[in-house]
Amino acid sequence: MSYFGDIYKGIKTLLTGMSVTGKVFLNNKNNSITQQYPDNRETLKMFNRFRGEVVMPHNEKNEHTCTGCQKCEIACPNGSIEIIWDRQIDPESGKKKKMIDQHIYHLGMCTMCGLCIEACPTDAILWAQNYENSVYDRSALTKVLNQPGSKIMPGVED
Amino acid sequence: MILSINIVENNMLNMLLIAAIYLGIFSVAGLFLVLLERKVAAWFQLRLGPNRVGPWGLLQTMADALKLVSKELTGTVKADKFLYNLAPYFVIISSLMALAVFPFTQEFQAFDINIGIFFLIAISSIGVIGILLGGWASNNKFALIGAMRSGVQTISYELSVGLSLVTMVLLTGTLQLSEIIEVQKNGWLIVQGHIPAIIAFMIYMIAGTAETNRAPFDMVEAESELGAGFHTEYSGMKFAYFFLAEFINMFIIAAIAATVFFGGWLEPAWLTPLGIAEVFPAIGVFWFLGKTFALVFLMMWFRWTFPRLRVDQLLTLEWKYLLPLNLLNIVLMALIVWLGLTIQI
Repeated sequence: MSYFGDIYKGIKTLLTGMSVTGKVFLNNKNNSITQQYPDNRETLKMFNRFRGEVVMPHNEKNEHTCTGCQKCEIACPNGSIEIIWDRQIDPESGKKKKMIDQHIYHLGMCTMCGLCIEACPTDAILWAQNYENSVYDRSALTKVLNQPGSKIMPGVED
Repeated sequence: MILSINIVENNMLNMLLIAAIYLGIFSVAGLFLVLLERKVAAWFQLRLGPNRVGPWGLLQTMADALKLVSKELTGTVKADKFLYNLAPYFVIISSLMALAVFPFTQEFQAFDINIGIFFLIAISSIGVIGILLGGWASNNKFALIGAMRSGVQTISYELSVGLSLVTMVLLTGTLQLSEIIEVQKNGWLIVQGHIPAIIAFMIYMIAGTAETNRAPFDMVEAESELGAGFHTEYSGMKFAYFFLAEFINMFIIAAIAATVFFGGWLEPAWLTPLGIAEVFPAIGVFWFLGKTFALVFLMMWFRWTFPRLRVDQLLTLEWKYLLPLNLLNIVLMALIVWLGLTIQI
């Protein structure tokens, strides 16, 4: 008699599903996942894995950890990253060394795939958690990630 | 002679007045049902729902309706113009006509016809002609597939709706809705008929949900497969007619269930000794609408819980499960009525 067994099982599973949604319905006031965005922009915090834009963190001595290896530039699938580099004499060791002049990042082209950040051997670039990235002029979307006058943190290349 | 003309004029005036009241109330009620659906959907999905237009978003659907009224009525070049324009009226008129026979209280009933249940079943199957016309005349493949599915679905499930109501008619012995409620003064029919009545109620709610083309039986529209199904090519107010008719139909299905199974405007039996209904008979509207909206909520609960059925699963459910069970159930109910095993309070 699997016919009546099927009916019984069908009704049982339907009621299980309805109890799940019913519980959600009754508890929705406590854990509604909607962010009332423009109203709560002061308190809104993005989650850790949010991909806002690529940034290069600098420490208080205006030092970054980018060695100019260009792995991010090669990893980028659509050329959003361009690195202008130069060989300069390192003041500490007195040797000629590859150094970045400008790490240029085109936010307008970036697809937020994150391959550059995975490729970076020294964790010089990271995802930022900002989300209000619209601007009035698209030239403002081309950003130089290393701050003017910054230099590489000593010891990164050792 | 003069007197008789006066009576005729009065009747015409009365008719128009009642029609205007019903139209006014139910077009607004339909809009608020749409809002209720959106709010309930949001609560089921841990969202907030419409909350910008008016307090708690109460005026959202009003604004939507105004937008739809002001929109251009577009159509396809190769559409059959006459049928294309006729279809929305079929759908909306059939659903508004069904509203006439419901007793909201003892006094508030527009049309107390002695074949009430039969009238309701007959009228609710006219709506599908509008859907078929709309799908056929649009000259669009998605609309045609949606309309044909609607035909299959409504013709199949009408049997279950009809038979589950016939099961209850065995108990009442009348098709007139006011008398069906009169019978229920000895206890709601779902109590009087106990086991077969509960089975009939479950079958009625499943088949009724399918009748209104709502999820999980929304293959007529099936947004993810067919665009918008039979009303893909409609815009503006013609689209709004289809949309409004869907929600009024949901109200009708719930109202039939409330009337036939749950005592319509009768208050719960444990409240009768208080005698509120005798002092203030209009309280019946509250009970009627309360029961109806509880059942409307049940249908919304179905919608936001169950996944959509495939067309073969839909027909299996009807022809292999609901229909045989329904026929067995009628025999069971007949036996119970014959042996006098009903529960009378």
